[in-house]
Amino acid sequence: MAEMLSGGDMLIRALQDEGVEYIFGYPGGSALHIYDAIFRQQKIEHILVRHEQAATHMADGYARSTGDPGVVLVTSGPGATNAITGIATAYMDSIPMVVISGQVPRDLIGTDAFQETDMVGISRPVVKHSFMVRDASEIPAVVKKAFHIATTGRPGPVVIDVPKDTTDPSATYEYEYPSEVNLRSYKPAFEGDRTQVDRVVQALLSAKRPVFYVGGGVIQADAETPLRELVKATRGPVASTLMGLGAYPGSDKQSLGMLGMHGTYEANMAMHEADLILALGARFDDRVTNNPDKFSPKATIVHLDVDPASVDKIISSDIALVGDAQWVLNTLWEAYQHQESQRDEAARKKQQQDLDQWWAQLEEWRSAHGLNHNLVPQKDQSILPQLAVQTLYRVTEGEAFITSDVGQHQMFAAQYYHFDEPRRWINSGGLGTMGFGLPSAMGVQMGNPEAVVACVTGEGSFMMNMQELSTCLQYGLPIKIINLNNQALGMVKQWQDMQYGGRHSQSTYSDSLPDFKTLVEAFGHIGIRVSEAMELDAAMEEAFSEKNKNRLVFVDVWVDPHEHVYPMAIKGGAMSDMILSKTQGGAS
Amino acid sequence: MRSILAVLLENEPGALSRVVGLFAQRNYNIESLTVAPTEDPTLSRLTLTTSGDANKISQIRKQLDKLVEVVRVVDLCESPHVERELLLIKVRAQGDARQEVKRSADIFRGQIVDVTAQTYTIQLVGPSAKLDAFVKAVEDSGVDATILEVVRTGVSGLGRGDQVLSL
Repeated sequence: MAEMLSGGDMLIRALQDEGVEYIFGYPGGSALHIYDAIFRQQKIEHILVRHEQAATHMADGYARSTGDPGVVLVTSGPGATNAITGIATAYMDSIPMVVISGQVPRDLIGTDAFQETDMVGISRPVVKHSFMVRDASEIPAVVKKAFHIATTGRPGPVVIDVPKDTTDPSATYEYEYPSEVNLRSYKPAFEGDRTQVDRVVQALLSAKRPVFYVGGGVIQADAETPLRELVKATRGPVASTLMGLGAYPGSDKQSLGMLGMHGTYEANMAMHEADLILALGARFDDRVTNNPDKFSPKATIVHLDVDPASVDKIISSDIALVGDAQWVLNTLWEAYQHQESQRDEAARKKQQQDLDQWWAQLEEWRSAHGLNHNLVPQKDQSILPQLAVQTLYRVTEGEAFITSDVGQHQMFAAQYYHFDEPRRWINSGGLGTMGFGLPSAMGVQMGNPEAVVACVTGEGSFMMNMQELSTCLQYGLPIKIINLNNQALGMVKQWQDMQYGGRHSQSTYSDSLPDFKTLVEAFGHIGIRVSEAMELDAAMEEAFSEKNKNRLVFVDVWVDPHEHVYPMAIKGGAMSDMILSKTQGGAS
Repeated sequence: MRSILAVLLENEPGALSRVVGLFAQRNYNIESLTVAPTEDPTLSRLTLTTSGDANKISQIRKQLDKLVEVVRVVDLCESPHVERELLLIKVRAQGDARQEVKRSADIFRGQIVDVTAQTYTIQLVGPSAKLDAFVKAVEDSGVDATILEVVRTGVSGLGRGDQVLSL
């Protein structure tokens, strides 16, 4: 006979059966039956945050770094609304997440009851799907469906809104967790079209100037292995989106680094001059393409995406491939090897010559205006933020998980830290959520307890969720926070410098910043402050030293407040239209 | 380009709000919308008219298809189809106008479904353009007839011949 469980116990049991390790959450009235069910079990650990937004970012960081869905539990009303920013962040970057929100009892829904909000309604535009539990008996099936939807196809957040009375301990039901789920209205494509794959191979075999434009979809699908094989064999350069960094090793010669608004000169030039663009799990975001009408005029566009709605949304593709990136890239790699081996020597030789020429051009761009990764600290000079990231890269030997917030520091981290492995670079790309860095780093550390985890942030972003320093102490999370402190909202200020005549409207607050060293010490952690370039190395070494291995260390790096992020795309232009420095505009 | 999208939708609470929300969220236009359960009580069928260039219509279809509760989407305008809309119109007509309004209703094969000494309520079924033409005919009739109230159901439609939208 099946076990008899209450709704609250069924919910937690279903999460156990789904293999959930952690729930990130915050209790409250409507969720108390569920919290009692958590108390009476051992399998799942609940992480108590200090604000619900942080719970969603923690779950998000956990999901991005492990590939497993993150799970959040919040109460109704303000608990639910506080979770919205994190849900939207996960939605924009297609991160698998299941968010369980308490709701007022069914007979109070619609009465403006205490802590009532229409969570299904308020989250609707930023979820992949949502459920409201109508009857306690459907809880196991709803949980099963929620995880299935969150993790398959194009992943995304799913909300389960649970009225308090459906979790009441006084009523019990036969519990059985469904072994499979079958939704007639939800069948995401997995396998792509083989004839399209053959067309892509033909295009690759005849390309003179190919570029792999690699996005987060490749990482989501764990498709880095066939990607790397294909890139090596075809000798194509790789231009990565902000979300795709690490799918292909950033320190490899064939990597051109990041493309787009603050992408490298060589990546953006390559995209503009290419005759074949393979867009792999990327969505032609406006921060990449600049003006779509001027986008890559000479290229044949191949677009691989798991979401049919992404294909032809911004840029029309010549060859569309809808399917799982791992399936498609594996199939493509096999088909490429087969057809490559069949072609005659003359054709092969001809293409190698074309590729030699292409690489000569790429190297010329790289040496003319590429990023300088060999910055040297100068005596009596302020610290360049780029140097801080370069130092972090060196001290962590390129192997840390790096999370970031949003702004200049995010771009410097993306430009100057080479990610050689997927899932190591964790940032809010689509929504651009300040306050993401610290809590997501906490989720990364929970999911990867032995790993070195650093959060590259700025003082503006950090202060949006710094209450989580308390959570870090509670769970002993030894995150290293690298605060690129420019005493301003740097990216806003940069735009104001460049487009608003230097009028810094509401972007500075240098007179009222806290002493971060004392602040983090008050939370029970270690604070280091560094403002001299020559002392940067020592400060960074200390943060990552063996003696601080189990401690959270906050390095407050006072950087040059005047520094801008370059290159920067020229608004309305092609990808080749970039401002390269404060004195070099519009080189192309 | 006008498009009539026929959508099979899970007949579940909140499903319709996702469809309508999608249109608001992505700045798509809804010109008309009808929805009711089908012969299969687990499914609703929704007919929605919208307009835009081919790319936009294609995006709308894909985005609709992406909604978990949407089972099937077709654009009826892509092939021969039957479309109908029902109109109820209340007209104040006195004197000479009474005959004129009744004549117009007859010409358009409308039915008078309610009468008072001063008003007619007329029911008319047809493609939207025919309904528009009738309203205009009453407005422009040149006699003392005043439109008091108009209500339209929005378009419903089916593909012609063997085409069937089903599971």
